[in-house]
Amino acid sequence: MSEKKHAAYICSGCGLGERLDIAALEAVAKKEGKMQVVRTHPFLCSEEGVAMIRADIEGEGVTHAAICACSRRAKTEAFNFPTTAISRGNLREGVIWVRPDTEEARETTQEMAEDYVRMACAEVKAMTQPAGNPNTGTNKTLMVVGGGISGMTAALEASRAGYKVVLVEKTGSLGGWAAKLHRRVPTREPFKSPEDTGVADMVAQIEADPNIKVYLNATIAKTAGAPGRFKVDIAVESGPTVTEDIGAIVQATGFSLYDANKLPHLGYGKSPHVVDQSGLEALARAANGGVIKRADGKEVKSVVFVQCAGQRDASGEHLPYCSGYCCNTSIKQAIYFKDANPDVDTVVLFTDLRTPGNGEDFYRSAQNRGVIFSKGVVSEVVPSGDGLTVKFHDLILDDKNAQIEADLVVLATGVVPNSGVNIDALSAPQVEGQEAAGSEGTETGGEVKPVSILNLTYRQGPDIPQFKWGFTDSHFICFPYETRRTAIYAAGPVRRPMDIAQAIEDATGAAMKAIQAMENAGLGRAAHPRSGDLSFPTARLEGCTQCKRCTVECPFGAIDEDEKRFPLFNESRCRRCGTCMGACPVRVISFENYSVNTVGAQIKAVNIPDEFENKPRILILACENDAYPALDMAALNRNCYSAFVRAIPVRCLGSVNTIWITDALNSGYDGVMLMGCKHGEDYQCHFVKGSELGRYRMSKVYDTLKGMNLEPERVLDLEVAITDLHTLPKKIDEYTAKIQEIGLSPFKGF
Amino acid sequence: MSNANQAMAARYKNNFLKEIEEQAEMGEWVKMCMQCGVCSGSCPTNFHSGWEHPPQEIFMMIRAGKREEVLTSPSMWMCTSCYNCYVRCPRKLPITHIMHGIAEYAYRLGLAPKMQPTLHLSQTFWRNCTKTGRVNEVKLTQALYFKDGFMAGIKKGLEMKDVALGLIKAKRLNILEALGFGHKCKDQQGIQKMLAKARELEAKRKNRQVTA
Repeated sequence: MSEKKHAAYICSGCGLGERLDIAALEAVAKKEGKMQVVRTHPFLCSEEGVAMIRADIEGEGVTHAAICACSRRAKTEAFNFPTTAISRGNLREGVIWVRPDTEEARETTQEMAEDYVRMACAEVKAMTQPAGNPNTGTNKTLMVVGGGISGMTAALEASRAGYKVVLVEKTGSLGGWAAKLHRRVPTREPFKSPEDTGVADMVAQIEADPNIKVYLNATIAKTAGAPGRFKVDIAVESGPTVTEDIGAIVQATGFSLYDANKLPHLGYGKSPHVVDQSGLEALARAANGGVIKRADGKEVKSVVFVQCAGQRDASGEHLPYCSGYCCNTSIKQAIYFKDANPDVDTVVLFTDLRTPGNGEDFYRSAQNRGVIFSKGVVSEVVPSGDGLTVKFHDLILDDKNAQIEADLVVLATGVVPNSGVNIDALSAPQVEGQEAAGSEGTETGGEVKPVSILNLTYRQGPDIPQFKWGFTDSHFICFPYETRRTAIYAAGPVRRPMDIAQAIEDATGAAMKAIQAMENAGLGRAAHPRSGDLSFPTARLEGCTQCKRCTVECPFGAIDEDEKRFPLFNESRCRRCGTCMGACPVRVISFENYSVNTVGAQIKAVNIPDEFENKPRILILACENDAYPALDMAALNRNCYSAFVRAIPVRCLGSVNTIWITDALNSGYDGVMLMGCKHGEDYQCHFVKGSELGRYRMSKVYDTLKGMNLEPERVLDLEVAITDLHTLPKKIDEYTAKIQEIGLSPFKGF
Repeated sequence: MSNANQAMAARYKNNFLKEIEEQAEMGEWVKMCMQCGVCSGSCPTNFHSGWEHPPQEIFMMIRAGKREEVLTSPSMWMCTSCYNCYVRCPRKLPITHIMHGIAEYAYRLGLAPKMQPTLHLSQTFWRNCTKTGRVNEVKLTQALYFKDGFMAGIKKGLEMKDVALGLIKAKRLNILEALGFGHKCKDQQGIQKMLAKARELEAKRKNRQVTA
């Protein structure tokens, strides 16, 4: 671009004209904002107003425009000028809607508006319009890892949408666990009887589909590259390693059953007549609808199902969670017995019977068939004579010495996800019993060490990050299929415990997201949550000290190291959260339209009244995902707050560089409020780790405050959710009162 | 053990759930209970003496085969038929009716607790009312007052004397009923015939169940 030309546009519609002195705002934009063109319009987002701006862009050569009207979240379609850098001065939601319309409030309200005009002018001068990631890949082939129900569903769905699929399965056949079942839990009205698994049909569809290429007995030897241009080495047993070009990946590697050998008190291993659920499926398949016989060939006349065997365990010895499907499975298996012979005694011992989906109807149908459900906790299963004695605590009758005799006992043991190597454990300091080198599974002391599934060549580790108990990390509420590796999606029980019906839904969703990711990658755009964003991080490497904080902190594994140990950005893997920018101690990382400068310039642009005016200035850095919308919504509800605050949206708390805070306090701000999403175990951060990392960094700010001889209260870290629109204004007012109580900053006027 | 009781116990051996299902009215619903406990929580007689086992527990005991304990329990007789459980049961079990069904079955086997107030009232009321086709209120009250002995009856009578006098004044109570006067059904023979026929039908039905 040859020459920069800056313009400011001030809207006087939506009541702005009546509440504010627009002429004064124009003067501010012209004199202090140093805008070459300043125009006012009574209805800026109207066709006419937009045409006015467009005429300036085309005729006057305006390259940068500060639009001072409503929030940047409003009227985005009207103010969409793809070639022009745009900043937004939030006069409506940020000023007049949060201020009372009274004579005494008029002066401070006007000051607030003038500051937002200054900030918009300063911001737009510091930014350029992003041109999009040039480093794209346009491969549109989806790789699905795992050939179970989830994997097959993802493959078929992607193929139906017109995409090529490479399906990699570790074993010699497709179908996964579902192929080992005799029948599955019913999926349609009246939900009364077990039905065919449907696996054979799916396998036939896949074999007949020219879009799907299947590798059996195959594992992933290496995954390199980025969305749209992955290069994947597939190691096929007794064959050459094949390299495939891949656009996106769905990891549907499923689960393993919890090892019942860890449950000797429940008789597993002591008697051949104690089996887990998969053991019973094998017996049922052998019987094929006839009477079910035990391993020794004896017909089973009585069977006891033990729910939550090694699950939902509070002691920490076994799985702490519920696997979600086992109650329905036990109901189904009890029906196998009742349907073959109604005189078989079937007892299900449960603590809470959890039957998701339409399982309640299925549960009733089993009760109708005479399956007995008893609420009890099993303490022991002991062999007695030819059969077994199940000792349990009857919870309804509070009988601690209850017992039942049975020919066969089935344990519902639950699931363990097959999610590969826990890369957080890799980078953490070595703890006893943990394994650092990871990609080859070796057996020591009966424990199988996890084998990497994807073998990513990412600096951050070979697999996608895990959350709790080995399940892959995903934003549970908003973006369930997303992992922390762009264009790699987890689907099915590897993500959380689920049954077949849920896995099918999950895999369909993941396939759809993977297709979106491939398409976005080809266009050089970000995937969610900044979907469509064309900006990407760049670094001035001459200033880089190789501290590696950016490569370590990036929640999405987007940054590798080059051979000279400088950070190497993989733009297609980047989600544009700016965590690297916030982390960088020498501030060399920036986006074209979002940088240390664009925010820093806004902070400096605010007019700081001297100490005698008794008007504090409080900086709000608000996460644009939750906190800034909450402020907007508070405004929409006309929930008023103090005129002393100046809010700047940030992409994520993780992108907040501590220099902004020290700069603000140095230049006379009296306080800083940081508003970000909840972090920790039930995090809400849209960038998963951003708010956590940002907060960790901010904890160091208090040392700086001490060094500056300032009170620690001058920086406040607030967890804000989008639903806080009613409480947030109160918190702002409380903080303002507090700042006035501790007194104004001694740094004013320096 | 009565003969009927012995016969039933022998017939169903260990399967008390099946026995209740086939023999007690509404017993087929017992297996459908999902042990949520809403019935027990809703029962107004909860925490009163004599109420050993709330419905949820009774159902569980049936499944656990505690035959003797269930059938001799006064719990089912404590039901006031308020229908709270019936209305609230998420599984739509007719719990009130099941309670009555089990109670009636226990009575039939001769296992119901003797002199249980509800049972006593039912029997007294039934005999009183079927005699003439209409209730002899004075005699019924007498029978109930003197249930626990002569002195207790006198004491109760004195306690209630103001109510009785008020009723007499308002012509709501005919004191002569004590001597066998008072209102009666016109066709007393017809009533007896009807009752005999009903008994016959009932016996046939139960007989069929027993030998089924």
